[in-house]
Amino acid sequence: MSVFQIKETPKSYDVCIVGSGAGGGMAAYVLANAGVKTVLLEAGPMYDPAKNVTQLKWPWESPRRGASTPYRHFGDFDAAYGGWELEGEPYTHKDGTQFDWFRARMLGGRTNHWGRISLRFGPHDFKRRSIDGLGDDWPISYDDVAPYYDKVDRLIGVFGSREGIYNEPDGIFLPPPKPRLHELFIKEGAKKLNIPVIPSRLSILTRPLPDNQKRGACFFCAQCNRGCTVYGDFSSSSVLVKPALESGNVDVIPNAMVREVITDESGNATGVSFVNKDDLQEYTVRARVVVLAASACESARILLNSKSSRHPNGLANESGVVGKYLHDSTGADMGGILPQLVGRKRYNEDGVGGMHVYTPWWLDNKKLDFPRGYHIEYWGGMGMPGYGFGSGIQHLNGKYPGRDGKMKPAGGYGASLKDDYRYFYGATFGMSGRGEAVAREDNYCEIDPNTVDKYGIPVLRFHYKWSDYEIKQAKHMKETFKQIIEAAGGVVTWGHTDTAENQYGLAAPGRIIHEVGTTRMGDDPRKSVVNRFNQAHTCKNLFIVDGGPFVSQADKNPTWTILALSMRATEYLIDEMKKQNL
Amino acid sequence: MTVGAVGAGLLIQGCETGKQQATQPKVEFTIDRTPAELAREEKLRAEKFFNDHEMATIAILVDIIIPKDDVSGSATDAGVPDFIEFIVKDKPELQTPVRGGLRWLDVQCMKRFGKSFVDCTEQQRIEMVDEIAFPEQAKPEMHQGVSFFNTMRDLTATGFFTSEIGIKDLGYVGNTPNQWDGVPQDVLDQYGLKYDERTLAESVKFDS
Repeated sequence: MSVFQIKETPKSYDVCIVGSGAGGGMAAYVLANAGVKTVLLEAGPMYDPAKNVTQLKWPWESPRRGASTPYRHFGDFDAAYGGWELEGEPYTHKDGTQFDWFRARMLGGRTNHWGRISLRFGPHDFKRRSIDGLGDDWPISYDDVAPYYDKVDRLIGVFGSREGIYNEPDGIFLPPPKPRLHELFIKEGAKKLNIPVIPSRLSILTRPLPDNQKRGACFFCAQCNRGCTVYGDFSSSSVLVKPALESGNVDVIPNAMVREVITDESGNATGVSFVNKDDLQEYTVRARVVVLAASACESARILLNSKSSRHPNGLANESGVVGKYLHDSTGADMGGILPQLVGRKRYNEDGVGGMHVYTPWWLDNKKLDFPRGYHIEYWGGMGMPGYGFGSGIQHLNGKYPGRDGKMKPAGGYGASLKDDYRYFYGATFGMSGRGEAVAREDNYCEIDPNTVDKYGIPVLRFHYKWSDYEIKQAKHMKETFKQIIEAAGGVVTWGHTDTAENQYGLAAPGRIIHEVGTTRMGDDPRKSVVNRFNQAHTCKNLFIVDGGPFVSQADKNPTWTILALSMRATEYLIDEMKKQNL
Repeated sequence: MTVGAVGAGLLIQGCETGKQQATQPKVEFTIDRTPAELAREEKLRAEKFFNDHEMATIAILVDIIIPKDDVSGSATDAGVPDFIEFIVKDKPELQTPVRGGLRWLDVQCMKRFGKSFVDCTEQQRIEMVDEIAFPEQAKPEMHQGVSFFNTMRDLTATGFFTSEIGIKDLGYVGNTPNQWDGVPQDVLDQYGLKYDERTLAESVKFDS
């Protein structure tokens, strides 16, 4: 006879954290250093790039040469265990709308394979409603967060250059790497258009951190997305959870899929229940304080599934806005060729794992037909070949003379084709825009009333549409990219045929994987879920430190702000515990 | 000319599909694999999709696309047929286009030369390939063949240039610990570019 029971973990803790990404990892780190007994639940397995190695491997070490698989959406060598579809973990949509929801199930979450782009929000980004009347202001301002950005910069390390741009605040920077060849061309071209191209700001250690012996400096292999064996870039697993574990104050339970937060009769959190994916048994763990950091939508899902008589709408959902105001970054791309770069001299051009330069938002939205800005990321150069190398050469080798100076018909085969692959290598480049969408109440995720995942946990149902604001922003991106490519002396080869019919190539919602807003911060408990310190209004010993509390997202990737706010919220939490308020 | 009688030989070979559970050694990997990934790799390794005739056709095709030359070996030297054999099992959406394309190719050769592609002379094969290798010049009735050849060209290029032979041929010299100190001076000179004073001052420097 099989015994199915819910087992209580013997140890109880001061704090239980759900999720080990940027927010959860930072909370664990801060709590560990303060001596607070903490348990960290992670839905995926343990992961350490020094042990789970794909860095510095050659493409032929995989039979598929780096192609995408159901287990690693971004490719065979990418660190991400996960993707937009997870076996047994469906999600649904409403009214024919689309939202693609990415899950990375592993210690450190998405911080293992992300782009390392580490941009502070600027002063304007906290007060958008005051500026353009849309959305809402954050209850806090840049000045509240600045000291934490400083601490994060020093703790984790980010390179960049001091530019003095008001809404792109400078950090405490390590030196940036010099631009690559195609980046120099882009810089020259953009200058003619008065578009700034400045050093990028990535959390990669171009120099070792003075007080951290555990992490090595970057050695410029451009494989941050594979996870770094010397911890030369930021991932929560390497930089935050590992030291937290070493302190002895944090227990990590991997392969733990949290079902709900447990509350008592007064509506206070007392711990969480979870499924252990290894033995498929049910467990609970008790804690004085619960910190949710499972990613914006996943934390919203946990709250909505944590119903009780005190919280009939879901835990901390008295306002009714949990799951609402969901928004992702906008994205559109274009690529081209720099004809002058054919037949390039070979040298090691890897650099860091990302762009060495980028373009921060440079225009005044008051003069445009869309309210929010975007930044531009650049790519190209002589990268390591992977699956897909050389694809579609028939669109290129008929348009330019070959090495012999003669034109020939597109496509072909044989010795001249073989030489074409060499000849055109490193001459192509491209750019992507990443912009701010306006947060709207009617873009949301909710619990699907009909569907559970393989653990019996009710799944999310999404309802999301881009508005005209985002579509017009994408149109502007396309127009701008064409200008930059041509001003750089290049020729556009793809991404230029989009029209209003396909929303100017605007990426489907969720594809940029910056979703935020589902547990928004505010002063008014009737309209928000958490207060200025990421503490739930109606459940004082519950905190949320992923991207859910973002009131608006900015034209900047959320990670650095998630880190700063999590550090700030956790210090507040510790203070409240010391004062016996929690 | 009827295809029927002569096609019978082809048809029998074409039916030789189905999974043959060969005893394969446990998959060895030098890259991180989760247990679920390893299980899938073993499953794929044990499958067989292409029959011998299809593999023979592929081997000839890929060497037409990327032959041996002064710089490096051919596509078969670089293991491209094995790569293609694996990738269609890994990506089933490639199975019908490639299998169907190979057969389309054989039928075209039967019509022209009374033989399958592998049995044609070298000159006959090139005559056939010329009809489908140039998308902008191919006759309309050849367009399915163009599509097939584009796919084979792409798979050959990917398989070749991600092999050890191909990476060396391309001259890629990265994937190794490095100090990135910018574009080399001779390359800057070649394009008339330089780093401005500010970039030189603020960029990361190396002692050695």
